[in-house]
Amino acid sequence: MPPKYHVLSVLVENRAGVLARVSALFARRGYNIYSLAVAPTDDERFSRITVVVDVEQAPLEQVVKQLNKLIHVIKISELDPRDSVERELMLVTVKAPAEVRGQIIELVELFEGRIIDVGRDELALSLDEHPERLDDLEELLRPFGIIDLQRTGRVALPKLERS
Amino acid sequence: MNTNGGQALIKSLELEGVEVIFGLPGGAILPVYDPILDSPIRHVLVRHEQGAGHMAEGFAHATGRPGVAMVTSGPGATNIVTPLADAYMDSIPMVVITGQVPLPSIGTDAFQECDTVGITRGVTKHNELVTRAEDIPMAIRQAFHIATTGRPGPVLVDIPKDIVDPRNPASAMNWNWPTDADVSSSMPGYKPTTKGHPKKIKEAAALIAVARKPIIYAGGGILKARAAEALRELAELTGIPVVTTLMARGAFPDDHELCLGMPGMHGNYTAVTSIQKSDLLIALGSRFDDRVTGKLDGFAPDARIIHVDIDPAELGKVRRADVPIVGDCRLVIEEIIKALNALGGPESRMDITPWRQQISAWQELYPLVYEQSIDGDLLKPQYVLEQLRDRSPADTIVASGVGQHQMWTSQYWKFNYPYTWVNSGGLGTMGFSIPAAIGAKVGRPDRTVWAVDGDGCFQMTAQELVTAATERIPVKIALLNNAYLGMVRQWQEMFYGERYSEVYLSPDLPDYVKWAEAMGCVALRVESPDEVGPAIDKANEINDRPVVLEFRTDASEKVFPMVSPGTSNDQIDVGPLQNGLGR
Repeated sequence: MPPKYHVLSVLVENRAGVLARVSALFARRGYNIYSLAVAPTDDERFSRITVVVDVEQAPLEQVVKQLNKLIHVIKISELDPRDSVERELMLVTVKAPAEVRGQIIELVELFEGRIIDVGRDELALSLDEHPERLDDLEELLRPFGIIDLQRTGRVALPKLERS
Repeated sequence: MNTNGGQALIKSLELEGVEVIFGLPGGAILPVYDPILDSPIRHVLVRHEQGAGHMAEGFAHATGRPGVAMVTSGPGATNIVTPLADAYMDSIPMVVITGQVPLPSIGTDAFQECDTVGITRGVTKHNELVTRAEDIPMAIRQAFHIATTGRPGPVLVDIPKDIVDPRNPASAMNWNWPTDADVSSSMPGYKPTTKGHPKKIKEAAALIAVARKPIIYAGGGILKARAAEALRELAELTGIPVVTTLMARGAFPDDHELCLGMPGMHGNYTAVTSIQKSDLLIALGSRFDDRVTGKLDGFAPDARIIHVDIDPAELGKVRRADVPIVGDCRLVIEEIIKALNALGGPESRMDITPWRQQISAWQELYPLVYEQSIDGDLLKPQYVLEQLRDRSPADTIVASGVGQHQMWTSQYWKFNYPYTWVNSGGLGTMGFSIPAAIGAKVGRPDRTVWAVDGDGCFQMTAQELVTAATERIPVKIALLNNAYLGMVRQWQEMFYGERYSEVYLSPDLPDYVKWAEAMGCVALRVESPDEVGPAIDKANEINDRPVVLEFRTDASEKVFPMVSPGTSNDQIDVGPLQNGLGR
């Protein structure tokens, strides 16, 4: 994860072409979208897009204002990582011959992940956790030989008030 | 099933109050052209789809009502991309209907297929591919609502052929005309803010009251918001001088003592300098365009900013505002006037007489000037424009292309009425004037409509004069033929050491008079100053067909004043005739 990043939670109408409209506003300015997660909300008329971008604050404000102008965008909130709960799902297939299999299983248990498929010399595992925990596990698995890895991109919601 | 998509589309346009469609049929839009035969809507058959788009824009400029264009899929749609981009930049309400290949063929590289909504996404306020015949009335209602409310702009509705073709079962539908409530509840994300925040309005009034050197920087938003009257009231109440940007010419009358005219790269000295020296800039429906600000960090360095715009994205986009107000210009100005009156009479505000005197002194020192040509030389374009202005009705609508002739027209015309200036500001679309003038004349047949064009522009869209002649739309074209792409030539002369690269066009190839005559126009060539007036008088008397006056003008004439690109407005060049005058 780059040092400066922003997490936008964009509530949109759940219909064709909306994602293209949203992503085009980043693309025309040359901003790379670091990760993107889209799915319908509890109200199926709407979807929530969680987009992570590596942009300075000032241009981001302009992008947010432009996003707000899209007819199909209902609401945008920027989520400060300090004030939000974030989760991401990762699936990994890793080389796991008999002599290291135990170590990998131990690692997955330590991270509270799950083994989801077992092959002769490979294991597939999943972890849903804070994105930084995913980074950690990924780093620890790398020496064993990662064959495939897929992350979903983060989803986030604001932290609840406690006061 | 009591109707079909094609009939529903035309009926929807009728119910939206559409009187005229500018368009050109083709394969995918064919089924929609059949019910047009039975509709009261007038259809103007253009010769190129770009013409249809600019005509719709010209119509909207002159009337304030949305212009409507209809074209076919593929090349029809791509040909109208430029007008869409133009309307998007200048916030022109326009609805464009494009045909699309039948739904089952979309994505198959079908004949005349292109991804119209993909291509036009970045140049429309909104666009939509309609996939069910029964959705057509709602799509049209939404399109007009979006195009005309908030910050106006172009909306494109892409209609696949199968849902409008009565021979196809997919076109069968039951008629249902959505209510206003249906329309707004169908777009939960679209709620433009029109009323300014009361606290900000008070802050604005307070800033105005303490300003010693205020300027009103009026933009095209004044015209879009129908706020010319409110602006005049504000200016007269406070005595604050008004600059009118290229998009706002006519929003405040040029013959008003408080009007300073156009600021910017080719603005007059007083308009540019008064902004620079101001201590308060009241930006009303203007967007701090780079052509107005010059080098940004040198722009109005001592000014506090009140910025009123209906588009929240404009506030703080270029220059941070001390008092940003999101809202409709007319409503906000009216509220500011109330807030000022609540503060008290003129004694509650700073005396700005010294500022007004300073401004008058600048006006006296630096009027717009040019040197009249001597006999036998080519005409001065400024002279032609003065004659055109003085010999045409005061409420004449003037359209222009893009380039030197556009700047001279904006400088030399006296715009005393709103909605009389039709030009391409943001996008700078060469070839805009002829089709835009035609659209304006269709919208305002009671008015004299002149297009001021350059020879480069003329060659881009002249074919629409065939449309004008056929449809009996008597526009008049003042073609300033200097045989060059004049503005590019000016930049090459000034900034590229007089190395003229690919700017020469020839004065007599094509023969513009013959060409215009071939298109059904009356055409005259004017070469000497004493012919200018009589030719214009003659053109103004002709009202049954288009007229083209070709003026042979001097290519060496440059537009001044000029703020060179990349420099501050303080470095304004008033031109050789005024250089050295005491500043």
